[in-house]
Amino acid sequence: MKSTPVISAQHLDIGYREGGNGVKCVHRNLDIALYAGELTCLLGANGAGKSTLLRTLSGSQPPLTGDVWVNGTLLKGLSRHLLSRTIGVVLTDKTAIGGLTVREVVALGRQPHTGFFGRLSAHDREVVDHSLEACGIADKQARYMASLSDGERQKVMIAKALAQECPIVLLDEPTAFLDIVSRIEVMSLLHRIAVEHQRAILLSTHDIEQALVLSDRLWLLSRENGLVTGVTEDLILSGKFDNLFPHTDIHFDPLHGSYYPTVQRRKTIVVECTDETLLHWVVNMLNRNGYGVSFDGKKVAVPLLRVVDKQELLWVEGDSMSTLHSFDELAQFLRGR
Amino acid sequence: MKQARHISHSTLLILSLGLVVAILLVANLFVGSVSIPAREVLNVLMGQECERESWRYIILESRIPQAVTALLAGCSLAVAGLLLQTTFNNPLAGPSILGIDTGAALGVAVVMLAGGAALAGSGMSAFLASIVGAFVGASTVMAVILFFSTFVRNNLMLLIIGMMVGYLTSSIISLLNFFASADQVHAYTMWGMGNLSSVSLQQLPVYSLTAVCGLVIAFLLSKPLNAMLLGTRYAENLGVNISMTRNLLLLATGLLTATTTAFCGPITFIGLSVPHIARLLLNSSNHNTLLPVTMLCGGVVLLLCNMISVLPGSNGIIPINAVTPLIGAPVIIYVIVNQKKISYFNG
Repeated sequence: MKSTPVISAQHLDIGYREGGNGVKCVHRNLDIALYAGELTCLLGANGAGKSTLLRTLSGSQPPLTGDVWVNGTLLKGLSRHLLSRTIGVVLTDKTAIGGLTVREVVALGRQPHTGFFGRLSAHDREVVDHSLEACGIADKQARYMASLSDGERQKVMIAKALAQECPIVLLDEPTAFLDIVSRIEVMSLLHRIAVEHQRAILLSTHDIEQALVLSDRLWLLSRENGLVTGVTEDLILSGKFDNLFPHTDIHFDPLHGSYYPTVQRRKTIVVECTDETLLHWVVNMLNRNGYGVSFDGKKVAVPLLRVVDKQELLWVEGDSMSTLHSFDELAQFLRGR
Repeated sequence: MKQARHISHSTLLILSLGLVVAILLVANLFVGSVSIPAREVLNVLMGQECERESWRYIILESRIPQAVTALLAGCSLAVAGLLLQTTFNNPLAGPSILGIDTGAALGVAVVMLAGGAALAGSGMSAFLASIVGAFVGASTVMAVILFFSTFVRNNLMLLIIGMMVGYLTSSIISLLNFFASADQVHAYTMWGMGNLSSVSLQQLPVYSLTAVCGLVIAFLLSKPLNAMLLGTRYAENLGVNISMTRNLLLLATGLLTATTTAFCGPITFIGLSVPHIARLLLNSSNHNTLLPVTMLCGGVVLLLCNMISVLPGSNGIIPINAVTPLIGAPVIIYVIVNQKKISYFNG
């Protein structure tokens, strides 16, 4: 049974109202459906309108036309207070919280639930404890924000959004500026929160590699094709990724889930190799050096590279055969030709 | 465990600062340009006979209002400085740097130099007029800067805009001075040096009331102020009504800066430096504790400055603005030099 989306919109136009009567439309006719219990990644080139879309969905910027519905209610009809309990955000904005402890920052997420002076009840403190625990930063709760690494800070901001207890969490590039370990940690954390806490999590990112691994659903946004959404694997296998960056210089390799520069195939070569990892990296080197690879062994008058192992690469061309003993030798051989 | 210790640390700090304020408040009654034996001061305070009637007058009519004024002015300016630093997300903001007290000065100058003649003779109303003038001036400058802050995102640029507004305001004040009579210029110059003794016992209730109003508004805003440490977009997402909060901050800062400036002249460095002293003492930028600590520190610092200003004894009183930079400037230099080590800068 297909679940109903927590955020939905049809025929949504997003953009800015500029001074006077000017309108800068970024996207037209977007159809949107965000589901609970799933991690959704919003991918797209710089300037594709990812931030505008996130701002529109978080209610901080009205759509130009069309309505956003949140759990069956109009987004623009939600009071400020109700909105703060419905949609939590994690932004890339500059903050001034170096002098607050981790726990104090996470406790700020309770503000929509506390009274006039923001005093925390026993329940509030419990929620803060759980949020710290869920994000794996409970042991750092007394530390000052200023003493944390970028990855730890991001986890604190996610814990803050979790403490806010919103069914929907929107994140604007939460993994930007993070190293690979922190990127994987943050993405895995978000996926776990989506599943375990039944939240609808939408994040924009440039980290396609991690998005393909951990995202349940993808939103591909581009100027040319608008918003294309679907389950991650469906989108990959239906070739939608080639349209994400409509550039002739790069192409998407569905086998490895990555973008590669398009090889200027000046020369063709046949490769024989039984080990898949070895084959991948041999092809990688050949591509870099301007060889397009064919696996059709019947092609004649084309050099053949028979890879036995990484210390034995046989280059066969006509009657001559050279034996290369390392990738270094192969590289020099290719450049020498 | 850590949390409990943190709370007890801040509570302890607030209690001890309260004690220091009380001690300094009393100590201020014992010193002044006229030397009065401590025993006689005590007698007056206990309501007993005093050797000379003039001493009783000095203590009741001059020293008590002056000490209370120093306390309130210190609290007001320090809290105004903190509100500005949080609002503009800039640790180097302050009423004097952003030109807000220059705005108040312009309001006073307009009343004293240009419109003074119309009000001459009606003592209290001229005085009230200068307060209203100061409030209008301070709020106008604050509003102008808030207006710029809606589209100038860079805080350093905003600070420079504030300074420019301050220069513009100063140039108008110079013009007013140029066309004013010698007496008016003298009166205005004396006011400009800062004087904590200008609030009389009769005016004290008015001043106290407005200052306390401003302080109460500030305390009511501590929840949204904490959210604003995250920046306006995060604060908005936490349900903070940004425009209303900004307006209330405008009102509180205006009240605190304008009344204090109108009564005592533009007192420099308190608003800029005391919030830093408070953060360094407290080791936190959480307004729940930072606001009371800043307020008490402001009182302590200005009471101290007031005591220093009467050190020359019978040779006269040092203008308060010659004393406040002695404490304020080194603090700011220390903070800037050590900003890599100070947590609240690395936010």
